[in-house]
Amino acid sequence: MNALAALMIRDMRLAVRLGGGALIGILFFLIVVTLVPFAIGPDLALLKRIGPAILWIGALLASLLALDRLIAADHEDGSLDLILTARVPLELTVAAKAIAHWLTTGLPLVVAAPLLGLLLNLDPKASGAVALTLLAGTPALTFIGLIGAALTVALRRGGLLLAVLVLPLTIPVLIFGVAASNAAIVGPLPFGTPFMILCALTLMTLVIGPFAAAVALRHGLE
Amino acid sequence: MAGFAGPAGPSAGSDSPRGHPLMRLLASDLTCVRGGREVFSGLGFEVGAGEALIVSGPNGAGKSSLLRLVAGLVRIAAGRLALEGGDPESTIGEQAHYLGHQDALKPALSVRENLAFWTRFLGGGEGPVESALAAVGLDRIAGLPAAYLSAGQRRRLSVARLVAVKRPIWLLDEPTSALDAASQTSLAALMAQHLAGGGLILAAAHGPIGLARARELRLGVTP
Repeated sequence: MNALAALMIRDMRLAVRLGGGALIGILFFLIVVTLVPFAIGPDLALLKRIGPAILWIGALLASLLALDRLIAADHEDGSLDLILTARVPLELTVAAKAIAHWLTTGLPLVVAAPLLGLLLNLDPKASGAVALTLLAGTPALTFIGLIGAALTVALRRGGLLLAVLVLPLTIPVLIFGVAASNAAIVGPLPFGTPFMILCALTLMTLVIGPFAAAVALRHGLE
Repeated sequence: MAGFAGPAGPSAGSDSPRGHPLMRLLASDLTCVRGGREVFSGLGFEVGAGEALIVSGPNGAGKSSLLRLVAGLVRIAAGRLALEGGDPESTIGEQAHYLGHQDALKPALSVRENLAFWTRFLGGGEGPVESALAAVGLDRIAGLPAAYLSAGQRRRLSVARLVAVKRPIWLLDEPTSALDAASQTSLAALMAQHLAGGGLILAAAHGPIGLARARELRLGVTP
């Protein structure tokens, strides 16, 4: 556990220091969400209706932004070689990296969502619902992204391929995240049903992600 | 181990200063294929505790590939690689330090943070980070971000990892590159100390690396 804690602390330190991805993600989220009212115009009712979807799309794109560095950075400087020769199982190592990544890039998006909800004319209850669904759903985005990051690690400029690989897999998370948010705001569905499915999706990716990523990394050895 | 005669009593335990008296790295008929091309084939060697084997040969002969293969970072296409007297629960790579061309250092972290991380991650606990930094002469700039280190200093910081975490096998890929004369001498002293403690060294090099008694394995000489 000591080794995994050390890895998480290192990754979080790197994320918040100069050149890290933590601040970039949240700024990107802010920009995407700010752009939408400019594009749509001052139709408050429309903004309120599509607000949760905008916040979810923004969070999805922002969490994608830093993903290509998740494993590629360690591959480029040789750290991955040492990680592979450590006694810690690779599945746990990549899971620890993903958790550290979520804490520095996913969690800030959850915290920022209610503030950005103001820009989209969402009332406090709606903002709270969106933040709650993001809290439940963004770990799934990170762990799906983990698989993509492991698959594309050896490729130069793998970031673009990563986006193409990962985005289709995030569709279910997006559907149920937005469905749960809308259910809380306008109904008629109860909030619980889509929210439970969202939580189930997240739990599934928490299990599958690390194993798939570890297999991808081992297979990528040459 | 039929070849080991003598009283295998409690004195042969892991607390003896030589550490791994029976340890032996054996390779036979090793074949390495990378990118569809056969790098070497039919390679055999043997390194025992306290021995160093220098792998030499022209560029592209497979020196680095051999080290990566032993570390478990490249798949063995054919042949056999075994470690006798090692920990049967661990792979060879988990009992080896791999010092490659890349330094595995994060520029945003300080010298001390870089080493402390690897020490903890590779299972050395809190580890003797300060004394390892002193051993490679970086203790006075321990707070400096690694981004400001020269190539030689980066190399020395990588070597400090080998000192901080005890592992019986050292796989060194051109360990003296970028090092000045004084650093080469101190690296040679560290390697001699490792060998005296019962360690194994497999090093890829183009020239002498300062070890008095080292055997040589020449790659790429067969027509």
